[in-house]
Amino acid sequence: MAAAQMTAAQAGVPKAGKPKRQWTRASAAWSAFKHDKSAIVSITMLVIIVIACLIAPLLPIDPNATDVAHRLAGPSAQHIFGTDQLGRDYFVRTLYGGRVSLLVGLLAMLTSLVIGIVVGTVAGLVGGFVDGLLMRIVDILSSVPWLVLVTVVSVFLKPGLTSIILVIGLFSWMEIARLVRTETQAIKGRDFVQYAQLCGVSRTKVIMRHVIPSALPTIITASTTSLASAIMTESSLSFLGVGVQQPMSSWGSMLQDSQAYMQNDILMAIIPGLLIVIVIFAFNKLGNVMRVFADPQVMSGERD
Amino acid sequence: MADQKRTQTAGADAAPTREAEEGEGRVAPGAASSHELLRIRGLKTTFHSHHSLVKAVRGVDLTVYDGDFLAVVGESGSGKSVTMKSVMGIMPDNADVEADELTFDGRDMLAMSDEQRRCMRGPDMAMIFQDPMTSLDPVKTIGNHLREVLKRHRGITGKRADEEAIRVLGQVGIPSPEQRLKQYPHEFSGGMRQRVLIAMALCCQPRLLIADEPTTALDVTIQAQILELLQRLGKEMGMSVVLITHDLGVVASLCNRVAVMYGGLIMETGTVRDIFYRPCHPYTRALLGAVPNPNESRTGRLESIPGSAPSLIDPPDGCPFAERCSFTSPACTRGIPDFIDYATGQRARCVFSSDELDAKQEGRK
Amino acid sequence: MAKYIARRLLIAIPLLLVITIIVFLLIHAAPYDAIDAMTNPKMSQETIDAIRARYGYDKPVWVQYFAWLGGILQGNFGYSIVSKTSISEQLAVRIPNTILLVLPSYLVAYVLAIVLGLVAGSHRGGKADHVIDGIASVLIAVPSFWLAMLLIFVFGYLLRWLPIVGMQTVGDGSFVDVLRHYILPFVTLTIAFLPDNLRYVRSSTITQITQDYVVVQQAFGAKRSEIMFRHVCRNVLGPILTRLGMALPMLVTGAIITETIFSWPGVGPYFMTAIKGMDYPVIMSILILSSALVILGNLLADVLNALADPRIRQGVIA
Repeated sequence: MAAAQMTAAQAGVPKAGKPKRQWTRASAAWSAFKHDKSAIVSITMLVIIVIACLIAPLLPIDPNATDVAHRLAGPSAQHIFGTDQLGRDYFVRTLYGGRVSLLVGLLAMLTSLVIGIVVGTVAGLVGGFVDGLLMRIVDILSSVPWLVLVTVVSVFLKPGLTSIILVIGLFSWMEIARLVRTETQAIKGRDFVQYAQLCGVSRTKVIMRHVIPSALPTIITASTTSLASAIMTESSLSFLGVGVQQPMSSWGSMLQDSQAYMQNDILMAIIPGLLIVIVIFAFNKLGNVMRVFADPQVMSGERD
Repeated sequence: MADQKRTQTAGADAAPTREAEEGEGRVAPGAASSHELLRIRGLKTTFHSHHSLVKAVRGVDLTVYDGDFLAVVGESGSGKSVTMKSVMGIMPDNADVEADELTFDGRDMLAMSDEQRRCMRGPDMAMIFQDPMTSLDPVKTIGNHLREVLKRHRGITGKRADEEAIRVLGQVGIPSPEQRLKQYPHEFSGGMRQRVLIAMALCCQPRLLIADEPTTALDVTIQAQILELLQRLGKEMGMSVVLITHDLGVVASLCNRVAVMYGGLIMETGTVRDIFYRPCHPYTRALLGAVPNPNESRTGRLESIPGSAPSLIDPPDGCPFAERCSFTSPACTRGIPDFIDYATGQRARCVFSSDELDAKQEGRK
Repeated sequence: MAKYIARRLLIAIPLLLVITIIVFLLIHAAPYDAIDAMTNPKMSQETIDAIRARYGYDKPVWVQYFAWLGGILQGNFGYSIVSKTSISEQLAVRIPNTILLVLPSYLVAYVLAIVLGLVAGSHRGGKADHVIDGIASVLIAVPSFWLAMLLIFVFGYLLRWLPIVGMQTVGDGSFVDVLRHYILPFVTLTIAFLPDNLRYVRSSTITQITQDYVVVQQAFGAKRSEIMFRHVCRNVLGPILTRLGMALPMLVTGAIITETIFSWPGVGPYFMTAIKGMDYPVIMSILILSSALVILGNLLADVLNALADPRIRQGVIA
């Protein structure tokens, strides 16, 4: 209570001007990162994985070149992760799978971000009946089991990468909408926004100039978490066979394929799964670090 | 600064002497009795966080006598709340509390175990807080709150506990206490909740009650009622009261002694009369304005001093008030000044004596 | 209290109706319908029309809707397009199997989450907290299907201790046999349900422990254990009970992935087959069922929360 308020007040955080505040936030986040060993390790691994996936097409190995003589081979100098049931190099296939998983995750996150920001700002700014209605929709959508919703809607869309991205994005924006709404409501009451409105600045301009920038730290934080859950959703859908379709493959669909060969080649089941775990863990950690940036009070022990 | 011997020629009623500590066995003037109930020497409290240390209290000496009504005054962040919470032993885990000496009624609190310290909270000293709205457990009835305390500290249970609870609620001025017992905190107004908290304290029959800005969150009319209640109960029950406040207006009518805190240090102590009529520290003077007159009904709100409180992460070497003080000299930044003791019993932590300050002020005009 | 529940029920009913309308329109808009399932291209248009009329598909949409709604209210969900079997009969067999799997594992995960969450939250930043929160943040990143695969590999293939398919061995209906089939899916689900709840309990414990009333209790000499059990637990209870209510739909759809992997004869494989076969009536029945449970669960959550918190009971806070 009072003690903690005091530490914040004395640390000079709220008193400093805007540029200084940004800097203090960044340094608080950096310090949170430095003191969290699992965050350092996982985020470093994430960076390596992302880079490897990005440069995969530059590698001299064809992910679709089959070599039936060497199918389900173990790791060797030639194939460092071994080969799959058709003798394809599993390392390169894993990287190509990662490209799909990460791409779907990223685009689905952006979709949900757009919907979430629009719904959140509208609900927060307009208020009243519109707010009530939108939030009721948010409540219901977030309590219906996501797997049911996502699969039902995917039935009505043509299978393909776009529909997976859309489906995941369409059902994961609720949390972002809630956060943005709260931020918007807080900002709406602030003097400078009311002043801007009094001066006749248009609503869109107020939103673009003031509301979204102020909510940005929260949005960035929420988007890392949202990215992690989008990757998880995609892998579950692909594993169940209603996600990414052949000939494309993602980590989830690779795991589905590996089910049949688990007894002979467990590595095929371990590698993509491990990568999913690392990537999701790292994005969640990144989200935690970002939260310190968005709300430095998390650090001083006031909130969790 | 201690080795910097100074000879002073000052007015007869205010001959300052430099002493590192309050004279042993000497009772502060204006004290209600000569019996030291709480004795604090060299109290330091530091908060740890990932990247910094916050020195919230940097060496506080304070004595509370039996029957005292002592006001600890200072703006937010001056360390007044932290001081008293440290004495209570209810600081969070990330706070380090050190002291040279900490005794209650002659018992050495520093030598006590956590369990012994816990047993002191309630029957020896109890504390009520700023915000009565959040101070009570929202899912427990008022009766539950009171019965729990009665059982713990006085072994009273069952019907007798209810009777005692009703009696105490009546004592703090809560109408129809029988019905109120069954109600939840949210059914009470802020002022009524603060009364409930005071009732909880009374159930423990403490020798010392610490009230941490008990009226800040309340309406002005309610504020006076609560403070009067505290004063009356203090007298009736022979209870010493420490009132933490940032409102000097409150102090004049209630208390017998005042301690002024700033930047984690005590700046000045003395009787209410002396502090108001003859403030010896520039900070106290700034608080009171140019013409201190407690009879003039004015509230010395602290925000009126230009500048802001010093950072406690990296506090300045010298006097914490130097930056905002209108009498600052190079000496002010060379270490924390010692107390000057005045014949009135006042003590002020300033490099200049009261007379020197007066002279400087005259010179400016 | 009765008034409170009545008011909630009054809100829930129209909501349910809206959901049935949406679902019905979805079925209606679907590229195939039940008639396609009952007919074949060789039939003459007259025969098809006759069948259509017999099942009422020639009537206006709203008449069809009420007939369909009436059926659902009597527990008749219609027929599967693919297998032509009664959906109600299938569900009557499969839902109990799913509940048998989900209920115990959810409860075990729930109790574990409360205990571990309280321990971690009350020792925030301590060793116990680091270990518990660390495990939770790793588990949250583990896809449940991958966990199931690893369990199958280790206990099914490598050690050969436990069966990995179905609910019982054909021709062996003994309790021990079912139990052996039960262990792996149960463990998978428990671990899948645990981390979310655990983090929730931990963070609400931390929120409660930083509340003013905790310091006040300390100032009145309450023991740490007294504060934990009498006050913090009691306050954490409300939101946790809410979560229990919200978990109601899990009883039907909480184990789709796990059931599919272990071929547990519950709702999961039924649903997945329906999805792959575009079996709309089945998909929509499950959707209706789980939406109804969502609304019921919300209602249950509200009631439980009101029981735990006098402020909600008396309508002071929403």
